[in-house]
Amino acid sequence: MKPAPFEYQAPATLREAVDLLASDPEAMVIAGGQSLMPLLALRLATPSLLIDLRRVPGLDAIAIDDSGIRLGARVRWRDIEDDRRLETAHPLLRETIAQVAHYQIRNRGTVGGSLAHADPAAELPGIAVTCDAELTLVGVAGTRMVRAGDFFTGPLTTVRQHDEIITELHLPFWPSGRRWAFREFAQRRGDFSLAGIALFYGEDQEGRVANAHVGVIGACDRPQRLMEVEALLNGRFIDEGLIREAAETSARTVDPPEDLHVPAAYRRALVATLIERGLRSAAQHRSA
Amino acid sequence: MIGTNRYIGSPVERIEDLRFLRGRGEFVGDLKSQGMLHAAILRSPIAHGRIRGLDSAAARAIPGVRDVIAAAEIGAVPTIPLRLLPLPGTERFLQPVIATGRLRYVGEPIAVVLADSAALAEDGVGALILDLEELPPVADRRASGRHEILLFEESGTNLAMTFTGVLGDAEAAFRDAPYVRRECFEVQRHTALPMEPRGLLAEWDSTQQRMTVLGAAKVPFFNRDTLAAMLGLAPASVDLIENDVGGGFGARGEFYPEDFLIPFAARHVGRPVRWLEDRREHLTAMNHARQADCEVEIACRRDGTILGMRGEIFVDLGAYVRTNGLIQPRTLAQCFSGPYRVPNLHMVVRALLTNKTPSGTYRGPGRYEASFFCERLIELAAVDLGLDSAEMRRRNLIGAAEMPYKLARLEPGGAAVDTECDSGDYGEVLERCLAEFAWEEKRTLQGRLIDGRYHGIAVACFIEGAGAGPKEAARLELEPDGTVAVYVGSAAVGQGLETVMAQVASDTLGMPIDLVRVFHGSTPYLNEGYGAFASRSTVLGGSAVYEGAKSLLEKIRGAAAARLGGPPDDIELVDGRARTRDGRSLSFADLAADGLRVDAMFQNNNKLTYTYGSAVAHVAVDLGTGQVEVLDFLVVEDVGRIVNPLTLHGQAIGGVVQGLGGAFMENLVYDANGQLLTGTLADYLIPTASDFPRIRAIALENHPSPSNPLGVKGAGEGPIIPVGGLMANAVGNALASFGAMPNQLPLSPARVWRMGAEAPMENLGKNARAEPVSDAAGPGRSQIRR
Repeated sequence: MKPAPFEYQAPATLREAVDLLASDPEAMVIAGGQSLMPLLALRLATPSLLIDLRRVPGLDAIAIDDSGIRLGARVRWRDIEDDRRLETAHPLLRETIAQVAHYQIRNRGTVGGSLAHADPAAELPGIAVTCDAELTLVGVAGTRMVRAGDFFTGPLTTVRQHDEIITELHLPFWPSGRRWAFREFAQRRGDFSLAGIALFYGEDQEGRVANAHVGVIGACDRPQRLMEVEALLNGRFIDEGLIREAAETSARTVDPPEDLHVPAAYRRALVATLIERGLRSAAQHRSA
Repeated sequence: MIGTNRYIGSPVERIEDLRFLRGRGEFVGDLKSQGMLHAAILRSPIAHGRIRGLDSAAARAIPGVRDVIAAAEIGAVPTIPLRLLPLPGTERFLQPVIATGRLRYVGEPIAVVLADSAALAEDGVGALILDLEELPPVADRRASGRHEILLFEESGTNLAMTFTGVLGDAEAAFRDAPYVRRECFEVQRHTALPMEPRGLLAEWDSTQQRMTVLGAAKVPFFNRDTLAAMLGLAPASVDLIENDVGGGFGARGEFYPEDFLIPFAARHVGRPVRWLEDRREHLTAMNHARQADCEVEIACRRDGTILGMRGEIFVDLGAYVRTNGLIQPRTLAQCFSGPYRVPNLHMVVRALLTNKTPSGTYRGPGRYEASFFCERLIELAAVDLGLDSAEMRRRNLIGAAEMPYKLARLEPGGAAVDTECDSGDYGEVLERCLAEFAWEEKRTLQGRLIDGRYHGIAVACFIEGAGAGPKEAARLELEPDGTVAVYVGSAAVGQGLETVMAQVASDTLGMPIDLVRVFHGSTPYLNEGYGAFASRSTVLGGSAVYEGAKSLLEKIRGAAAARLGGPPDDIELVDGRARTRDGRSLSFADLAADGLRVDAMFQNNNKLTYTYGSAVAHVAVDLGTGQVEVLDFLVVEDVGRIVNPLTLHGQAIGGVVQGLGGAFMENLVYDANGQLLTGTLADYLIPTASDFPRIRAIALENHPSPSNPLGVKGAGEGPIIPVGGLMANAVGNALASFGAMPNQLPLSPARVWRMGAEAPMENLGKNARAEPVSDAAGPGRSQIRR
């Protein structure tokens, strides 16, 4: 469990980092290393060059304004947990990130690393997709923005080009009064979940659901929104009947893979359980 | 018995802990030697095949890679002998220390690369080029039993061994029984997983022609003799040194291929060589355990009295018979009925070879599996016959008046053909357990849905046969500084051996515990030793220390009497001084000049001690996720005599948690090609500190063992034994309204969820193949004659 030999550089500017990455097709970027280091130790990843972003300035800020929240790529889970502004600015994000792995991992794991690694069960990609967030990528050809829903293409695969570095995640503005929930299930706390769901919605004057967003992680090859469930919820009053209908719809529309721990049928049922419990809890709590 | 009793029975804090807590433990990974090379091992990437060629040129060309050793460099490749149950026929299935052409499991060693660093050694392994011919693998015991593909063609069979446990006349009992029920059960393959993986540092002294191996554990003397024979050296020219060991649980410390390869490599290159097993190779190299399935039957009277049990059990043994690989199938045959009076028993156990990592013992070997099978059968019978779970067990426990109680006779038996429960009142402990738990009160929760979760309770009883012979050695010496050095042939694998041995010696000698120093587990200390297995250290090692301390006491008295005048019987030993009645005294340091030393050997004539106990649990099942929460778990055991309640309590709690890992999480999953799919701790789930917080343990000392002077019984393995059966029954009871049949471990979320998701009738139909004709109500496999 010793990594294969690699070169190491810690450039001082983003430009330098991008140029280094472009210059070597076997190079990889490292930030917190919480996904990459195990892959290196197991020799599942054998990059020729590791480009460490630790010296690149301007990647570690959490900016909050009327347009939403900007998370720099090197923002760590701990930074999000510790930022009291997010209690109102984005309670769903804060609550979800508190459930990432264990605190040792949250002390080092980063926003950009999680997005680039693209584990189908990872929490932040799920929030990004559910909330219609946008990623900023910087490459040799310049800067581009990609919607989170378009960014993830499968397990551990994204549309990021080799020379591109994720610099920021932009989550749209979170209005007050939203109802929301995050639920995930793993046999042991802190493991990647067997399935997870994130959801939020607003309410019209009469209390009918408006603008429902429902996302799922772990139970499909990439984080996804469950559009049918959202359509079902919009314009209706939340009651036990609707909750059960939504749960059944989620089980029907999600497309889980078979794997060694869990048959697909179980993951479908688990998603339904989490949707049901999430909606029930959301109906009881409203964000400030 | 012992007169002064300040330490035995007291919660003496572990002597070992001070250095561990200060970070001063010395594990094999902490050891270095000048000029040391690092070893990495190329292991078979395929489950079954042949090596056509191995090209090491590229590996050797890497700067810093010093040598590559494969079968060709070793010459005549030795096989690893059986330490326990070396029965005729097993010699056909022994593991060579390195693959000699045939590959039989993923992880089998093929070559050793030696380099200046561990990373370079791994680079070297990566650069070795293998030319392999793949053979179709024997993926499971069913394929093995067809004998179409053989692991050892020359033997003509994949059946490594058949054991039969026999008591009374099972056939007659079943013929006449008013109630019988047959079921199939399965325990998954899992493993002991000590926190510290294995490691070795071997040093060859070419001038003295001596080999020293650091990193020994569990059975250093047997391994010393084995290694010496393989290297063509006299045992006296080989030393095995035990350092701190981070857990054994039966798996660590047996003689594995590396225990030859690393010393051989050191001699081959004339430099010290260190190998540290990493977790990934640990999961394919270290013994696996537990995998067994069965079709078994119970026969009862209508009042629940068990008349007999019989059936067939299949053990998936893996690719070779390893040093202690036959203990699990042996125990399944001999101890199937656990603490219950089963007058007629006929249990056939077939150990079959498959292309997987070989298996060996793991804490409560065979007993965990047998308890799961037996407790499930008893529970199903209780349900069919309309009896309370506790009452069913109460009626069938072996009675105090029946002691000693002979268990099933084993065929073929070797040295262990007969064994008997030594002493105790099994019912007394069951009642204590039920009372502490408030069984009668909690019974009302059975199967109830409360806040979205189904509640279930269960009870199970167990025996732990321990303290296997034949003997153990100890030497005690009075040192010039007035301390007593205690050398013992037992080994420390993390169980608190130093503390317990020091307690026994101090009490017997009447001296403060900090004046006793304990040395253990390394071959230079003694001529012979037998080590730490079968929960034997306190029973045999403790008794040897006790006998030795008594003799030393007499010698000290004699020496003091000679110097001070008067009869030895008038000399009193108090706080490290020998004193006459009129108050004149000598310190132990004064007496050390007389060269006072004692060698002791304790023999138990292979009479096992039987700790026994009962366990109860209360679980809540969330059918939405399949998660089972253990709300309460209580184990009560009678260990004969408690030496240290702290270390004993730790053993009990740890054992239960390990058992819960096996019941709910741990699973070594292979695919049809014999590839291990759970090769890291991200996939092989073990319990962490926060998973099972509610476990209680009570230890009693009501009935000492008659077979040793301390009255102690082996106590390291009992509480793990009932856990699988107990959890399955608790979950089954919680989900009784769904017709749940938790007949397979682990009780993973997906499996538990399915019990609730399937309609009861559908569930019954699925298991119908084991179905005798039924004329009774209740689930289809039972038969009540009217």
